[in-house]
Amino acid sequence: MRKILLRLRVNGAHHEVAVRPSATVLDVVRDTLHLTGTKRGCDMGTCGCCTVLVDGRARLGCLTLAAEVEGCEVRTIESLREGEQLHPLQSAFAECGAAQCGFCTPGFLMTCSALLSRTPTPTPEQVKDAISGNLCRCTGYTKMYEAIDRAAAQMRTEPAREPELSSREAVSGGSR
Amino acid sequence: MPPRPRRPRPLSVVGTSPPRLEGAAKVAGTARYVDDLEFPGLLLGRTIRSTVPRGELLGWSMGRRPRGLHVVSAADIPGRNAIALLEPDQPCLVRREIRHAAEPVLLLAHEDRDALASVAVELRERPRKAQLDVRASRSFCKEILIEKGNLSRGFARADRIVEGEYTTGHQEQLYVETQGVIAVPEKDGVTIYGSLQCPYYVQKALVELLSLPPERVRIIQVETGGGFGGKEEYPSMIAGHAALLALKSGRPVKLVYDRSEDMLATTKRHPSIVRHKTGVRRDGSLTAMQIDVLLDAGAYVTLSPVVLSRGVLHAAGPYRCEDVQILGRAAMTNTPPNGAFRGFGAPQTQFAVEVHMERIAEALGIDPLELRRRNALRPGDTTATGQRLGADCSALPCLESAVRRSRFVARRRAIEKHNAKARVSGGPLRGIGLALFFHGSGFTGAGEVKLASRAALELTPTGARILVASTEIGQGTRTILSQIVAEELGWPLSRIEVADPDTREVPDSGPTVASRTCMIVGEILRRCAQSLKRALGRMTPRQYLAKNGPLVVTEQYDRPKSMHWDDVHYRGDAYGAYGYGCDVIELEIDPVTAEVRPAEVTAVQDIGRAIHPVLAAGQIEGGTAQGIAFALAEEVVMRDGRMANAQLTNYAVPTPLDTPPMQVEILEFPYGHGPFGAKGVGEMPIDGPSPAVVNALRHAGLDIRDIPAVPERIAGLVDSMRGAAT
Ligand code: FES
Ligand code: FES
Repeated sequence: MRKILLRLRVNGAHHEVAVRPSATVLDVVRDTLHLTGTKRGCDMGTCGCCTVLVDGRARLGCLTLAAEVEGCEVRTIESLREGEQLHPLQSAFAECGAAQCGFCTPGFLMTCSALLSRTPTPTPEQVKDAISGNLCRCTGYTKMYEAIDRAAAQMRTEPAREPELSSREAVSGGSR
Repeated sequence: MPPRPRRPRPLSVVGTSPPRLEGAAKVAGTARYVDDLEFPGLLLGRTIRSTVPRGELLGWSMGRRPRGLHVVSAADIPGRNAIALLEPDQPCLVRREIRHAAEPVLLLAHEDRDALASVAVELRERPRKAQLDVRASRSFCKEILIEKGNLSRGFARADRIVEGEYTTGHQEQLYVETQGVIAVPEKDGVTIYGSLQCPYYVQKALVELLSLPPERVRIIQVETGGGFGGKEEYPSMIAGHAALLALKSGRPVKLVYDRSEDMLATTKRHPSIVRHKTGVRRDGSLTAMQIDVLLDAGAYVTLSPVVLSRGVLHAAGPYRCEDVQILGRAAMTNTPPNGAFRGFGAPQTQFAVEVHMERIAEALGIDPLELRRRNALRPGDTTATGQRLGADCSALPCLESAVRRSRFVARRRAIEKHNAKARVSGGPLRGIGLALFFHGSGFTGAGEVKLASRAALELTPTGARILVASTEIGQGTRTILSQIVAEELGWPLSRIEVADPDTREVPDSGPTVASRTCMIVGEILRRCAQSLKRALGRMTPRQYLAKNGPLVVTEQYDRPKSMHWDDVHYRGDAYGAYGYGCDVIELEIDPVTAEVRPAEVTAVQDIGRAIHPVLAAGQIEGGTAQGIAFALAEEVVMRDGRMANAQLTNYAVPTPLDTPPMQVEILEFPYGHGPFGAKGVGEMPIDGPSPAVVNALRHAGLDIRDIPAVPERIAGLVDSMRGAAT
């Protein structure tokens, strides 16, 4: 099978990967980079489990070709916390009971982090709209709204945390 | 009478809502689910399935085989070609007879995903005439008859007889993580890592399939992305497949379904047809209930007899009636077998009885609320099986609380005014509906005695470690069991650890199903904690271990002495305890698209004691969302015995946009034999929403008796209603 060579920037590190031309961002982060926090729930763009940030915007990893994101900054759930310090959204999800089985959780968190970085004080409608592409079978969403509110409130009182990109350049190879 | 509830004592851990124990890993993305695991030399598995709903397998042929391809057929099975559960009728792989579409025939494994996908397999199948109509099927895998009093006497006392038929469709569990396992061949056996609810079910199945002793079949549950019953029995099948491939290839094999295969091949909620014939007096009291329940079991028995059992035991709803007859049958068809799904037969039968109650009120011209008040079970009343209910029977308090909270009476009046105008103007119609329901916790009848579940606590230098086979599938098992143990020991939660469910490490505490984990396993663990406390005396764990060496206390299920059940005649105490609930749902119907928008939900549920109020509310909210969608949206379209919409794009599970705000209230009428009074909570929330929705539609003027009431079905009714109004 023909492979293409891509240079990707994921969570602040540079990677050089050889993949099929049809490989998606989800394929690359999970199977090549072993960043398994991003989940595959349908592989068809219907569940939102695979949401990652591409240049700060929430994108479905399963519908985005890896080749499309060359030169972009890709962020996955693994980069949401800082060291051991959870992001306010992560703490709020854990505290409010917004994660049950947890399988949808990384996708929701990435979607919400994109929302809050753009819209620090979203209206309930904006929240609903933002997460409308993410599916959760466990919670009925009620506790997610609570968690998002709580995190937004906390982030407003705390100085904004600019994602620090590590200057370290990691290069890894891999194939799929 | 059951024993009096223990006097409440002040609690310090139970009743609080700490973050769930594995919550940090889940939000950090470090929780490892089965597809996240890697093993050296890992192969990927693929399943080749039948294409006809009934027929014979004559043979198969395969195109170019890539190097390193492993193939397994029925001939490779070392033990019995059957999935051991209730009946050994379901083969692990088709040998000759095909009984449903998507039945597994061949297994392939290869290390490269693309190479595996490229293998072309052609099955030679000789189709035979399939039975796809459950009403026409004459093959029943189970019949149950419940009789109380004398039906003809009851009908003779009635002023009116009200009859009706109600149907429900398939429903897909749609756990967001699809089914998956990894099988690793060992020197003398196999280890399974899987997304599953019941490690010991899988072990039992593999022991028979592989002809190995239990100690050589090790089952480890890994973090599981939802189950809802769907990972109760099906994992035995997929684990069997992966194990066969692993043993044949000598390498670890990962088998993870994609969404479409999961929807096509795995079990769903049983479709039902329920008929009611009810005798009522003018004042609304029920004099006779004759109920006929028919479930579509699908092509193999799986758990259908037990689903039917729970279905008939809840078929009369939480209502008092002295003369009752309930006949239940589960019929075989050539569709993929149906199985466990949250509620397990009870949502189907309580949908029927609650919509029927609404129609009885209409027939008598009385307020449906009054009808329920008059007939709701009270302490001291008996159920259809003659079970006398104790002080924790809370149907009326649930009803009254839900009515108060939702301002049901005032809202109903306002909506009627609104609809009178909307009928003329063509604006959206509104409706408000209510449903009263109950749900037995734990296994049916003598089931818990037969299970004889065990749980254990191991003393650690800093506290205690829980050893149970009960699995965390999102509902909070780890956290609530730890709370129960910590509370009983008087220790902070941080001193309690939970072992992974691994059949090599933990005793068989029964399956994680039937709302039994908290009430049954939790109580066994509470007794373990009691024994541990006694053994420790005044010593600290460290002192004890230094002096006496390791300590593991194990306790077994202990039947409450007052509980008796006759499985032959279906008489007696069907369940240890019942939770009760009342849902009120308000909704709006779009006059153009016939789309129904639930606007507000009030759910009041008595669960005995909320060990962890936030997690308990989470169960209620999630179950309620699933229940609403069961009534309005989730339609499995079967075409020639095969799911035609096996994709998330055309099977409509509720998104944030479809899910209304919910107001949840938890009531606590403690059960004397549950830990700190707890009853079950997992399943009950899905019983009420579908009848509440349909009763709200009825309030808006739509006579619906079949669900899902998808827009195409509602549109016709809206049109004809408009026609009648103008
Ligand atoms: S896996 Fe990408 S949307 Fe479902
Ligand atoms: S927490 Fe299970 S799917 Fe959302």
